[in-house]
Amino acid sequence: MRRLAILACVMVAATPIVHAAEAPPGASACSGCHAPRGGASGGIPPIAAKSADEITATMLAYQAGEGEPTVMNRIAKGFTEPEIRAIAAWLVAGR
Amino acid sequence: MTPWNPNRRAVLKTLTAATVTVTASAALSRPVHAQGAARVVVIGGGFAGGTAARFLKGHGLDVTLVEPNPTYTACPLSNSVVAGLRSLDRQTFGYDGLRRAGVTVVHQRASKVDAEARRVTLGDGVALDYDRLVLAPGIDMNFGALPGYDDKAAEIMPHAWKAGPQTTLLARQLEAMEDGGVVVMSVPANPYRCPPGPYERASLIAHYLKTRKPRSKLIVLDAKDSFSKQRLFQAAWEKLYPGLLEWVSLSSGGQVTSVDPASLTLVTDFDRVKAAVANVIPPQKAASIAALAEVADRTGWCPIDPVTFESRLRPGIHVIGDAAIAGAMPKSAFAANAQAKVCAAAVATLLRGEKPAAPKLINTCYSLVAPDYGISVAGVYAPSDGRLADVEGAGGTSPLDAPASFRAKEAVYAESWFDTITAEVFG
Repeated sequence: MRRLAILACVMVAATPIVHAAEAPPGASACSGCHAPRGGASGGIPPIAAKSADEITATMLAYQAGEGEPTVMNRIAKGFTEPEIRAIAAWLVAGR
Repeated sequence: MTPWNPNRRAVLKTLTAATVTVTASAALSRPVHAQGAARVVVIGGGFAGGTAARFLKGHGLDVTLVEPNPTYTACPLSNSVVAGLRSLDRQTFGYDGLRRAGVTVVHQRASKVDAEARRVTLGDGVALDYDRLVLAPGIDMNFGALPGYDDKAAEIMPHAWKAGPQTTLLARQLEAMEDGGVVVMSVPANPYRCPPGPYERASLIAHYLKTRKPRSKLIVLDAKDSFSKQRLFQAAWEKLYPGLLEWVSLSSGGQVTSVDPASLTLVTDFDRVKAAVANVIPPQKAASIAALAEVADRTGWCPIDPVTFESRLRPGIHVIGDAAIAGAMPKSAFAANAQAKVCAAAVATLLRGEKPAAPKLINTCYSLVAPDYGISVAGVYAPSDGRLADVEGAGGTSPLDAPASFRAKEAVYAESWFDTITAEVFG
């Protein structure tokens, strides 16, 4: 039993931050700034608790010149709406 | 060792003995998945290689990371160490996190790559067979490209362009310099590691001089007429460091053609500049294993396929990070990390016998102009005409007219980014 518990811990620790599903174009870059799990990643706004709809709506707003982003408006403009939806869905599915 | 594919064996039986020998060695180098995970060797444990190893493991592959050093010293934010604002300890990371993730980490130098046999030989003579190899070796200083500058000269005129003892050396020289001394930096032509890095360093050295040695001066001798985030840097310099920082462009005679360590002198076509502290950032090239593996071209860098990062020169070898010619993508830690994830997915897809889809990649680079003054450049990239090209309409720098609160926010984000990305790679 104890050995099982240790094994379970090891397995959790060894779980890499990689999704089973193939990342849609651009998606795997997000975690360079936004920690995929857990709370705040320091000063950069965390996205780990956001729904796919929230992420999509924010990115589309940034694209349209709304909100007060620093860098995400410049990045959002590199993606189509379907690409943004796919990225948001993948980020949420991987949690 | 890779077992026989039965169908291949049936075909081979019909061939002559000589042909069998040749074909068999080719067959042996191909992956077969029914008998266990395919083997990927990653050479280089920085942002590119560390990320690749972790994500390749995540794709279920058997991953060995070859890295000679027991720890990694990260370059991003190391200019703050040069300027006495940060400890080098905070730049240093070990490999236990990757080991916990299931990566086999070998602290050896790769001494030979045989692309035909798909085999890497290590410094201790051990051979590692691979189905695919990922090279993430980073850069070497191209000492031959700047007369007078070599590894001995670097002990007197540090480049500090690989973080570690060189960073400490430059910081100590600045510390030891008397107030009123002239600091001279030499900046190379493109391409080199971290395009805005020299200008961040110039800014933070200027900050150090302004706050600690205000009678001193900084001269930046540049082999270029334009540089990354130039308008943002120059606007900030005018505001924060007037009269203290002088940037000499290529067309103003800024290109350093040789150096003389004995007299701490940097020579240009028009002048000989004597320094109290000289920071010589020389031209660079892909680290030496790239040439040994024959994946570097005449430029010294490695041409790659923009979808898979597979070498244009040697099949089965992928090159990521600063060593690669990644089109519009700069040589940055963020780019290395993003490339590594795309490459890892492509390698896994190729090893399944499938064709990887076209990726999109992102880069974001923060630079500090002062401790509370950050600026950024970002880009989105996609394969186009065989290279990674900018996605039009995306990317660019922070606004020129942003308020101080915006600059302060980006300074905080710079550190936040560093913490997140290093946790992803080494955590």
